[in-house]
Amino acid sequence: MKKAMSLVLAAAMAFGFAACGGASSTSGAASTASSTASGAAIKIGGIGPLTGGAAIYGNAVKNGAELAVEEINAQGGLQFELNFQDDENDPEKSLNAYNNLKDWGMQALLGTVTTQPCLTVAPETAADNMFLLTPSASAVDVIKEDNAFQVCFTDPNQGVASADYIAENGLATKIAIIYDSSDAYSSGIHDKFKEEAATKGLEIVADEAFTADNKTDFSVQVQKAKSSGAELVFLPIYYSEANLIIQEMNKQGCTASVFGCDGLDGLLTIEGADTSLFEGVMLLTPFAADAQDEKTQNFVSKYEEKYGETPNQFAADAYDGVYTILAACEQGGVTADMDASAVCDALKAAMTQITVDGLTGEGMKWEATGEVNKAPRAVKIQNGAYTAM
Amino acid sequence: MEFLSYLINGISLGSVYAIIALGYTMVYGIAKMLNFAHGDVIMVGSYIVFIAVNQMGMPPLLAIVISMALCTLLGIVIERFAYKPLRSASSLAVLITAIGVSYLLQNLALLIWGADPKSFTSVVGLAPVQLAGGRLVISGETIVTIVVSAIIMAGLIFFVNNTKMGRAMLAVSEDKGAAQLMGINVNSTIAMTFAIGSALAAVAGVLLCSAYPTLQPTTGAMPGIKAFTAAVFGGIGSIPGAFVGGILLGVIEIMSKAYISTQLADAIVFAVLIIVLLVRPTGLLGKKISEKV
Repeated sequence: MKKAMSLVLAAAMAFGFAACGGASSTSGAASTASSTASGAAIKIGGIGPLTGGAAIYGNAVKNGAELAVEEINAQGGLQFELNFQDDENDPEKSLNAYNNLKDWGMQALLGTVTTQPCLTVAPETAADNMFLLTPSASAVDVIKEDNAFQVCFTDPNQGVASADYIAENGLATKIAIIYDSSDAYSSGIHDKFKEEAATKGLEIVADEAFTADNKTDFSVQVQKAKSSGAELVFLPIYYSEANLIIQEMNKQGCTASVFGCDGLDGLLTIEGADTSLFEGVMLLTPFAADAQDEKTQNFVSKYEEKYGETPNQFAADAYDGVYTILAACEQGGVTADMDASAVCDALKAAMTQITVDGLTGEGMKWEATGEVNKAPRAVKIQNGAYTAM
Repeated sequence: MEFLSYLINGISLGSVYAIIALGYTMVYGIAKMLNFAHGDVIMVGSYIVFIAVNQMGMPPLLAIVISMALCTLLGIVIERFAYKPLRSASSLAVLITAIGVSYLLQNLALLIWGADPKSFTSVVGLAPVQLAGGRLVISGETIVTIVVSAIIMAGLIFFVNNTKMGRAMLAVSEDKGAAQLMGINVNSTIAMTFAIGSALAAVAGVLLCSAYPTLQPTTGAMPGIKAFTAAVFGGIGSIPGAFVGGILLGVIEIMSKAYISTQLADAIVFAVLIIVLLVRPTGLLGKKISEKV
């Protein structure tokens, strides 16, 4: 049943794609058509959850990447062709999507969007020598191989940056953590946060976990955080569970403030949620849609016009990711007729030489390890929108 | 004080399990089949209420009544098309069909409502009760869930023992063939059982989602399995057993989270189940039926 389901979804997606390509512009459609004949466009594959609990991330990445590809193709010069596949945030389906993309003739992979599937796909890409740039999968192990790079911070860096941010801005000294111990993303941030908090003089008064099979009842975790006298609850988790925890805190009358990482991005888009409860929630995110710089405003207005919603950090990561691939392709002299392995070798060398001024950071540079260097930023939810802190 | 608070949380979680377990045990007790789709009927019921309240702006009470009616219909339809043709087949075939129906409902929900988790607005208007200067908070949802599950249990016991339809159900559960000979319409009795079980599922869904306000196509799956465990724990087929089993399971889960480990809670719950079944194979309140050969 599940297989049949995924086939139906894949078919639906393929239709969606055909429709997108047709609607975009005549020049875009022409380049897609000619690329199959002459190979004029570099084929970029994308993988992420377009359906399922993490769909917000995958769709944002898909939209952000599409927007960037359209801009790049309109400029002339190197041409890109994007094929984005759904993985429902499931490692097995992600691997299937990767194999489909290889059959399609992918030359570089933008993805995968979420950590767990990426941990499965990344070793495969290393074996195939396929260039991998993930916009948002943030575990360290994702970039273990030398063909893999990240646009976002690694989990440990998010944990360290969160502790630093809390300490330096004097947000709190007594901190409770609630994290998902069955998830690599969440426990990765948790571990580094704890280490860094100790060196910064922050006191962890409660350290509570939950697991994937038991993530609706948070009464105990919240109760423990409340009775520990924490001033701030650190939530290195995804927004679905964060929504439940914040509601439970409200129910129990726990007034501690909430601080999270990029996983909380999406809170405001949950259908039916009482967003007034999210007021004052802080999250570490490299992108705030209300930032005043020209680049962000340009991106946000185009995105809103095309997709009818405000872009989140994942859309920005993907947008930067496509431009990073463009910069690396130009630096490494990549052309559309090179095979995936040759593209990978050229891009690997080029990545450490380029500097990209993106939406998610000025002067982003990469280490050979695949880690990105950029300054962390945080936002606060005020009046139902992100406000830079 | 903390202990009391954990105890209340445990009873609250347990009463949600209890109300789901009542539906399981009711169907098992009478039709002698495990309706694994029960958890998913709960999910469907919750979506109906969510749409009625959040998107169509209906008052919650009306939404619940509509949801109960539609779930009853869904239960009857499932029974008619998926289970009735297999009435004389082996119980294993029916079990597998039930699992199939469960996946069918989950995937239909995925297609119709999408996979984005929705935040369910509690339909309970009761303000939380604050005791001991705010250190002990009992939410309105907790009170309503406990009261409703106790009322449903009492109602079911009364219905089964004191009405004509209820006694027909008891007869069918003991011996289908003999019941038929006595002039009981076995098919309509079993359909009635599914109707009641599914209406209960709608109520359970609303209470589950009010207490833990997230809604997605898999919402019913895990609580369904836990409630099934609770029903077995209390003695499957026994109505008070489902209630006691549910409450105990909730309390054990919360207490092991609070005092042993938040990560091992599920392992401990199921370990307790294994021990209970080793000592009392029929569950806490289950009746041992000796077969005459």
